[in-house]
Amino acid sequence: MSGGANTPVGELPGLPRVGEHGALSIGKPLAFSPESRKKVDAILRRYPTKQAALLPVLWVAQEEWGWISREAVDHVAQVLSLSSAFVWGVVTFYTMYNRAPVGKHLVQFCTSISCHLAGAEGVYAECRKRLGNLKPGETSADGKFTVIEVECLAQCDRAPAVMINDDDYAVITNENLDELLGSFK
Amino acid sequence: MNSPRWYPEPKPNPTWPKGFEPVLTKRLGTKDSRSIETYLADGGYSSWKKILAGIAGGDWTPAKVTDMVKASGLRGRGGAGFPCGLKWTFVPPPEKRGTKPVYLLCNADESEPGTFKDRLLMEQDPHQLLEGMMLASFALSVAHAYIYIRGEMVHGAEILNAAIAEAYAKGFLGQNIQGSGLTLDITVHRGAGAYICGEETALIESLEGKRGHPRIKPPFPAVSGVWNCPTVVNNVETLCCVKHILDRGPEWFKTIGRNEKNTGPKLYCISGHVEKPGVYETAMGIPFLELLALAGGVKGGRKLKAVIPGGASAAILTAKEVENLPMDFDGVAAAKSMLGSAAIMVMDETADIPEAVTNISKFFAHESCGQCTPCREGTPWLNKMLKRLVSGQGKRQDLDLLLQISNQMGNGMTICVFSDAAIAPVISGVTKFRAEFEAYLSQSASPSFALPASDELTPRIAERTAEGMHS
Repeated sequence: MSGGANTPVGELPGLPRVGEHGALSIGKPLAFSPESRKKVDAILRRYPTKQAALLPVLWVAQEEWGWISREAVDHVAQVLSLSSAFVWGVVTFYTMYNRAPVGKHLVQFCTSISCHLAGAEGVYAECRKRLGNLKPGETSADGKFTVIEVECLAQCDRAPAVMINDDDYAVITNENLDELLGSFK
Repeated sequence: MNSPRWYPEPKPNPTWPKGFEPVLTKRLGTKDSRSIETYLADGGYSSWKKILAGIAGGDWTPAKVTDMVKASGLRGRGGAGFPCGLKWTFVPPPEKRGTKPVYLLCNADESEPGTFKDRLLMEQDPHQLLEGMMLASFALSVAHAYIYIRGEMVHGAEILNAAIAEAYAKGFLGQNIQGSGLTLDITVHRGAGAYICGEETALIESLEGKRGHPRIKPPFPAVSGVWNCPTVVNNVETLCCVKHILDRGPEWFKTIGRNEKNTGPKLYCISGHVEKPGVYETAMGIPFLELLALAGGVKGGRKLKAVIPGGASAAILTAKEVENLPMDFDGVAAAKSMLGSAAIMVMDETADIPEAVTNISKFFAHESCGQCTPCREGTPWLNKMLKRLVSGQGKRQDLDLLLQISNQMGNGMTICVFSDAAIAPVISGVTKFRAEFEAYLSQSASPSFALPASDELTPRIAERTAEGMHS
């Protein structure tokens, strides 16, 4: 299973406490910034129901706060007139909503079949080793990188494929790994 | 070594077979292929303009478009190969559906391992897709269409949004388009990482803002889909084909392809152990070996061992089985596998089949939506057993148990076909490459282990399973 940002982390030391619904709490209420609120209003105009805007609005929340905390869930639920429990249920279904804080750069290694045939698991392991023997899903000590394993990124012709934040990288090997990681400040 | 590359860059023109005139990929890799200006300069939106101008005089009716698509023999490119025009006719006529709007959803949740064709079409030539959607929307009387794009394709969504903005600015979308009386909006909806949302009813649930749980059918989406309204879900490549059918007519479309049931151009995604992996456009039904030759042959001139012809959900075929295989829906189905999304993964003699099957089972264990027990419990179970086997801890009964569990997961035990997809590589791998699995078992350090001659390992179950799977 891909771990990382979606591994249940409530028990890990040093992380915020777990709130109701199993979501991590940051302890203070959140509300969208005026810019985010504007985006949300534009999204709502594209759908016949408020609920349908849930996935895009969660994206807005993740863009603003970096991850989906319990308070983010509560706020999104309030904006869309849904229950927090329902929103949390949706958040936990999709792998791309981070349920815990992640490093500055989220490094996602594809290890599905085509990348597997190109030796992706080895590069994934090597990457974690070079960043300080990280466990799958762990963040480097300097907070710069979180490294996780994901399923097919639809770049099978250029395996092994890696996605860092929103960008795609192709043909990543042990040889060019340092160059790739070094290009991130 | 290749240096890292940021992905959405203009790609070089793909290779086409001799004598084949590219259709869907023609503009790919050309300068500014994403902009509406180059699209218009290349004759784009001609069919849409034709229709907008012809509505008033009665030259164009929705039924006429549907009939053209039906006559073309176009089959859905998303995986099932269902006739596209026929699917459209399942939408109830206005007198039956009352005031309910009809929705068109473009399935751009390309997540099947090995598939990367829709990404290319959307990132390199977004207007081709938009025009296809406009034409389909006219045929189905749709006023609001959605593109459900997978969450990982952040740039793809940006490119589509930019293209949609261009189309609004040019008056190809919006209210009362160019005075025709038609209204059409297109919205890009980003998923958030769930393979199952490529299943059409899961996609609908996800669009409604829920967990992506497939629905029980019937009712089929054409009758009751998103927001309980008639809904048609079509793949990106299918909708791109619609544009060309309207441009050049169904008769032209039918001249491409192996026979009248497998028509049109097709994008094949070739990856794995080949010299030049990539997307190749050819006529539907090209023989496998010709396709392999296009991709430069097997890597390093090695011997071909196995081929997955249609994404991770398809049964694995041996080198012998693919030798003369026509790569279309019926051709691959006759070999008891499926063309699916035409994601062809080539494995050479160095490939380790048990490892590959284990990898695929990991994918399915991770992606099961968890709704039906056989799938939710079965997929991780298969994965655990396979992992144990390849890590040298296999137990004597494991191969039979794998087949037995698989048999209990498939054949309509679940709401959607995910479970059938999950067992196809396991059953085909274990039955066709049994010796490789047994080689692992013969090395097993499991204390209970002592392997009898392979024939004695209850071959009956294996046979029964292989038959039951495809009956």
